[in-house]
Amino acid sequence: MVGKESKTGWDVVEMAANVAADIHNGAYVNLGIGMPELVAGQVPEGREVIYHTENGLLGMGPPPPEGNGDPELINAGKKCVTAIPGACYFHHADSFTMIRGRHIDICVLGALQVSENGDLANWSTGEPGAIPAVGGAMDLVAGVRTIYVISRHLTKKGEPKIVRNCTFPLTGKQVVDRIYTDMAIIDVKKEGLLVRKLAPGINADYLRQNTGADLIFNFNCGNK
Amino acid sequence: MINKIVDSPGRAVGDIFDGAIVMIGGFGEAGSPIELIHALIDHGARNLTVVSNNTGSGHVGLAALIENRQVSRMICSFPRTTNSKVFPELYKRGEIELELVPQGTLAERIRAGGAGIPAFYTPASVDTPLGEGKESRVFGGRKYVMELAIRADFSLVKCKAADRYGNLVYNKTARNFGPVMCTAADSTIVQAREIVELGGIDPETVVTPGIFVNKVVEVINPADESRLVAENRIYPW
Repeated sequence: MVGKESKTGWDVVEMAANVAADIHNGAYVNLGIGMPELVAGQVPEGREVIYHTENGLLGMGPPPPEGNGDPELINAGKKCVTAIPGACYFHHADSFTMIRGRHIDICVLGALQVSENGDLANWSTGEPGAIPAVGGAMDLVAGVRTIYVISRHLTKKGEPKIVRNCTFPLTGKQVVDRIYTDMAIIDVKKEGLLVRKLAPGINADYLRQNTGADLIFNFNCGNK
Repeated sequence: MINKIVDSPGRAVGDIFDGAIVMIGGFGEAGSPIELIHALIDHGARNLTVVSNNTGSGHVGLAALIENRQVSRMICSFPRTTNSKVFPELYKRGEIELELVPQGTLAERIRAGGAGIPAFYTPASVDTPLGEGKESRVFGGRKYVMELAIRADFSLVKCKAADRYGNLVYNKTARNFGPVMCTAADSTIVQAREIVELGGIDPETVVTPGIFVNKVVEVINPADESRLVAENRIYPW
């Protein structure tokens, strides 16, 4: 079903741009590892955004030129980064004070699954023998004001990532505010999953076929 | 005269005993006190519980300590990284215990341990497998789980500069767990790139006050862990 038609929709850079468009001027933002990192490059000009990395830096800048990295200046994914003028370093307890204490405005995370009530699973597939590793994800979803998920709509096997109930172990319950996929932008509301925007070439029926939960289409109420 | 300076990493770690709880600073290689860890391998204390965010990479530093079978239990938030092979293999064979803790909970449990707070409530891990079986309580309509403080017998920490009182400053994101770990051990052992005279660190910029530090050893050119891993080095060499 997906094959040819999935060539429509948004590519990862467009997905990142969709997220970036919703990050307000002056926001303190934590970006998860992987696809969320692309968001930093897509923030519209004129907006000043401060990036937090939970290993102790506020004011994270782009990666340094190849070969110029400092192994003691890294991000949460342990990749070399830079610090912008005005940046500051701090220890881990302060870093998570920022996170749990509701000082960070927005966190953008990847997902294995998101449920229709905003439960997020993104740290473990729960397979026997897998080495569990959680990092800061549970603290982030528990403490950051607004949680955005950026993810492909389907798994590599073509299964929906947006489901009625997560089957993978949860990172947090009822924590996701908005989902940005290659097919749509979807708000998690009390009344259910509200589709705000469809990607080019994706229609409501197609989105429904590729989503494991009920969707509400009401663009008048969904689009602010 | 107070002088916390010792002359070698070996002497610094010489009191670490079998069965000790040892906190090891670092987030990946940033802040990992690799020379102190190697001295601990030479020293040979076994059956250790190690509290550290990760489990090391390649066959040096923390990974080498684990490979040398000196660690029976790890308390950490993220036990695998791109180049971590030692811990995953032992874990799969059931030969090392793991207590997996959300990263912020780990930091706060250590902070609490150093601050004389036996336990606290956090929203992290509520309604997840890591919160299961934990005492919980509702405050202001929201559920929190109770987490216990962690204290250690020893903390091993790396910093940028120290003086003989044990005042410390760190380097960039290598600070990470160092300051909280310094507060939470009976004996805190620090390797510093530079030891400066008293007054050489502006009191306004001291990050770890010397009261939290017991021993300081100067390691002027600490090894670059990722380079050792890229060169496939194995400790002991």
